[in-house]
Formats: sequence, structure tokens, C-alpha cells
Amino acid sequence: MIRFDRRLTALTLAALAALVLSAGIAGAATVNLTGAGATFPYPIYSKWFDMYHEKTGVQINYQSIGSGGGIQQVKAGTVDFGASDAALSNARLKEMPRRVLHFPTVAGAVVLSYNLPSVTQPLKLTPETIVGVYLGKITMWNDKRIAAVNPGVELPNAPILPVHRSDGSGTTNIFVTYLSAVSSEWKELVGANTSVSWPVGIGGKGNEGVAGLVRQTPGAIGYVELAYAKQNKFAVAHIKNSSGNFVEPTLASTTAAAEGASAALAKDVRTPIVNSPAPNAYPISGLTFLLIYQDQKDPVKAKALADFIRWAITEGQDVAESLDYAKLPAPVVKVNEATLMTLTVTGKRLLAQK
Amino acid sequence: MNQERVQRRGGSADQVYKGVLAAAAALVFVFVALIVYEVARGAELSIRTIGWKFLVQTEWDPVADKYGALPYIYGTLVSSLLALLMAVPLGIGSAVFLAEIASRRVGSIVSFVMELLAAIPSIVYGIWGFFVLAPWLRTFIEPWLIANLGFLPLFRGFPFGIGMLNAGIILAIMIIPTIVSISREVLLATPATLREASLALGATKAESIGVALDAARPGILGAIILALGRALGETMAVTMVIGNTNRISLSLLDPGATMSSIIANEFTEATGNLYLSALVQIALVLFAVTIVVNALARALVHFATGGRRDAAGAA
Repeated sequence: MIRFDRRLTALTLAALAALVLSAGIAGAATVNLTGAGATFPYPIYSKWFDMYHEKTGVQINYQSIGSGGGIQQVKAGTVDFGASDAALSNARLKEMPRRVLHFPTVAGAVVLSYNLPSVTQPLKLTPETIVGVYLGKITMWNDKRIAAVNPGVELPNAPILPVHRSDGSGTTNIFVTYLSAVSSEWKELVGANTSVSWPVGIGGKGNEGVAGLVRQTPGAIGYVELAYAKQNKFAVAHIKNSSGNFVEPTLASTTAAAEGASAALAKDVRTPIVNSPAPNAYPISGLTFLLIYQDQKDPVKAKALADFIRWAITEGQDVAESLDYAKLPAPVVKVNEATLMTLTVTGKRLLAQK
Repeated sequence: MNQERVQRRGGSADQVYKGVLAAAAALVFVFVALIVYEVARGAELSIRTIGWKFLVQTEWDPVADKYGALPYIYGTLVSSLLALLMAVPLGIGSAVFLAEIASRRVGSIVSFVMELLAAIPSIVYGIWGFFVLAPWLRTFIEPWLIANLGFLPLFRGFPFGIGMLNAGIILAIMIIPTIVSISREVLLATPATLREASLALGATKAESIGVALDAARPGILGAIILALGRALGETMAVTMVIGNTNRISLSLLDPGATMSSIIANEFTEATGNLYLSALVQIALVLFAVTIVVNALARALVHFATGGRRDAAGAA
């Protein structure tokens, strides 16, 4: 009996050792990265992670818990990277334990959708009219300020119901950043954030909440993501950009907005791309970012992360448009590549110059 | 194994059994204490920075880092009160019908359906409120209210379809099953002798139901308190239909917001320490409001029943 027990013990030990060994080998073969944050880019990120896993075997787990949560987790050091629809302000950057780098991955646009059954051609809006509507100063659809840029369009004598997102979101941030950029009055009274104190209107939860309210209520106007509006075929307004052109929100005009802002992005990649100076740019556009620490602790993970980012901003861009995200223009890819070169591992440069 | 050993072992088993059960009961207190501790810790920054003014300020501005909870406290209390105003008469009415008038068969079928109603997830109520009730309120009910009762400040404004009234109706529908099923059980548990005695004394059917209702009063009030608890804390359904505007308006047609809805809306994307802390403090205030409202309701039960817990008053 005793001898048998001993043999059993030996067997068990051997099995355990084999298990540990194999786990060790497996651990060395695959790199696991974890990330958390924004929900807006989640569809393309999960596509990228799948594609990248097939290509390289690197496993990336992503929790789309919201930009705020992503930033908190980066701060706490519980994830390898964060994702946010809004760049960190200087104050937030200072709260971080180490220097955090921003990598824009794709661009998105925020569109104004409206419910005006009598209007068949696309509505045209100027920055002044959008600010006026959301400040409660333009209250009727047949206001002469709206009629002036929509000649020949029969605007109803009906009240305007402005709808906004009730939940904190990157979409709201892009929209109010735009309003702050085009109106000093908005900047002073309301400002920009993922949630703001809205002077007028009602709030719907999520893109679907805003879209639902707009669809149900004649006279309503609300802002949603371009991808959401495209997929649901909403009527969307053409917006007058800083060059004076009325631009339809499309993936191309969103990429153009990022391209137009690329000089500013090269100086500071966190600069909002709203109200871009490019003549064909859709003005209410924004970038979404990956956030990682400049100085990494684990060389294997750091390399994997850098390789992934380089892949995502180049090859990965090819799938962006099929998922209704706007591609990064070439100058912004360059900015990202320059940022990648500044990565270090415990003080030493991670990537060699090309 | 002799008799003595069995008894001794039985004795210690009893002790263990008692100990395990006591620990399970004590765990409830541990959990509540932990929740209060964690929430209070999270809210500390906001409590220190804003102080008691948090409760009376009406501004909620994450850009300026200014936070006041009054519109949300108001919204929670008004939407729950509105729900009770609609649900209590309806709920007690149907409980009386099911327990006293309908046949046992009809009674159990209807209460089965009622319990199904209680099992529907709140998001489904929210979607229904948003896509079905809201257009209906906007096109039929609210224009009528504005035209005919617009002289009251309660019914002024624009027919949005969503707002305080919609939230109140959704909450009422959600809490009716609680009121009906408990009240029905309580009524069924009142002794038949009560009704027989009142009938024998020449009471009408209605009067004898009155006697049974009186006996069931503590239990029915208990049902209402439970329902109120659900209404105060309900999050998803309310968030979808209340309109999410931080303004205090007397009109039931206007949009509003509740404490749970602001947390659901803004917590995930909140950055900044004070902002997060203020949201956690809202949770703390919600906790306190729930305790105060429940305590008041219990005091009311005590007052209304003279402290008696007879009939089926155990609920």
C-alpha cells in the first residue's frame, strides 16, 4: 500500500511538473495584452484584435467600459493600454503617475439628424444656427437665420426640440468641443466635456436614445455618431465649415478634417480636429486614442504593444471604412510613428530608428 | 455508538447549525456596513469640498466642476410619489377583487400573470415606455392635459412624451405587481370568521370587505413600502423615459432626472476626482433618502395600526 502511494505521489508530481512546464512554454509563446476604455471604437478594435491574433498570435483582451473607466485603469496600472475618445487635458495628464502617450487610431464624425417630414433635400446649417439652437436662442424652424442658408426649402412654423446625449460620451465631447470652437459664448456658458450642463433640450441615453427621440418627435434635432446615422440611413444636415463650404458628413470628409489639422497634430496630437481649416473637411470630427505609458516596464509586452499600434495605424486602416470609421490620413500616421519612436523600456529606447 | 455520544454529537451539531445561521444573518449587516463604508469613502472628497450645499444646489456642471444634487433628489421623490399615487389605488383595488370577489380559479390565474409582470427586466419596461408609451402620451394624453388642465402648473409646457409623467407611469406599472400580490396574500390570510361575523351582523358585501381590509392594513402598508423601495431605486427604465434634464420643474410634462439616472448616465465616462466623488455622493444620498423614506413609512404603519401586527400583518 505504502509503495503504491509513493508511486502515485511520484506520478502526480511528474504530471504537475509537466503541466507547469507546458504552461511556461505556452506563456512564453503567446503575449497577452489587456486594455480598457472607449466604447465608440470597440467594433473596429475587436476586429483588429482578432485579425492581429490570427496574424501574430498576440492575444489582446479589451473591455469597452467607457473612456472614463479606461483612463482610471491606466492610472491604476491595471491594464497595458487604455482607450479614450477624448484626449487627456493637461490637468489629467499631471494626475497620471508617469508620462502618457496618445495614439489616434481612427477618426469619427458627429452628425446632426433631424425630423422634418416636409423637408426633402438635406438641411444646411451654419455654426451660428447650431449654437443658437442648443443655446435656446433659435427656437423655431422657420427662423430667418435657418431660412437664409436654406433657400427654397419649406421650413415649418414649428418649435425646435434640441436633443442631446444624457450619458457621458465621446460623441458629446466632440460636439461641444466644436460648439466651443465656433462660439465664445458657448465656451463661456457651457464649455466642453463628456457631459455638460445643457441650457435647453432633453437627453436620450446612447446614440439609440437620441435617435429614437428624434425619429419620434417632429421638429426634433439631435446629434449622433456618423456610423450610427449611416447604418440607420438618417437624414443628416450639411454643415458649413471654416472655409465657408457646406459639407456632407462622410468618411472622406472626416479624414479630410484630420488631414487639415495635421500641422497642429504634429505639434500636439491632442489638439481637437473640430472646425478643421481644410476646404473639404466636415467640421464636427474627432479622433479616438489609445493611451499608453511612455516608459514601459515589461520589454516583451512593450514590443508587442508597439508592433500592434504600428500595424493598426497602417495595415489595420484598410478595414476601417467597412466598419464606418474614417481612416487616418497619412500625415497623422506619420505623427503616430514619430510618437512610437519615443517609447522606452525602463529608460532605454524600445525601437531602433529605421 | 451509544446513546450518550449521539446526544453529545447532536448537541454540537445544533451549535454548529445555529452558528452557521447566525453568521449568515450577520453577513447582511456586514454587507450593508461595507457598502456604506465604501460609498462614504468614495464620497469623502466631494463631502469635504462641497459640504452640505451639495444637497441644496441645483447646478450640475462637470465642466466647471460644480455639483449640486437637488434636482435629482427632487426627481427621485416626485417620480416615486407619482408612481405610488397611480399604483396604490389600482393595486389595492385589484387585490381586493382577486381575493374577495373573483373566484379562486380566476384569482390564481390573474396573480400568476401578475407575478410574470414582476419578473420582466426593467430595460424592457424602459423600451416599452420609450417606443410605445411616449408617442402615445405625446399625441393623445399630453395635448389633452395641456388643453384641459393647463391652468394647473402641473400640466404646463410642451408635450415631449417623455418626462416625469412617463417615468411615473412606468414606475407605477412596475410596482403594481408587488402591491397586488402581497396585498392579495394578506387579504386571503385574514380569518374568514371576520367576514362571517360582519355578514352575520347585517353588513353588506362591501362593508365586510372593509372589515377584512382593515384587518389586513399592516400587511398592505408593508406591500406599499416594498413597492416604494423599488420605485426609489429603479434606474434603467427611468433613465430611458425621464428626459434626463437637471432642472426642477413643477410641470409633470417636463423632463427631469433622478439620482439613479444621473449615476447610470455619467459614471462610466466621468473623469476627474471631484466629478467621480460627487457621483458617489449621489449614491450615498440615495441610500440615505431610501432609509429616511422607509423609516417614515414604517412609522406610518406603526401609527396607522396602533402597533398591532395581527391578522396577516407580518408582511
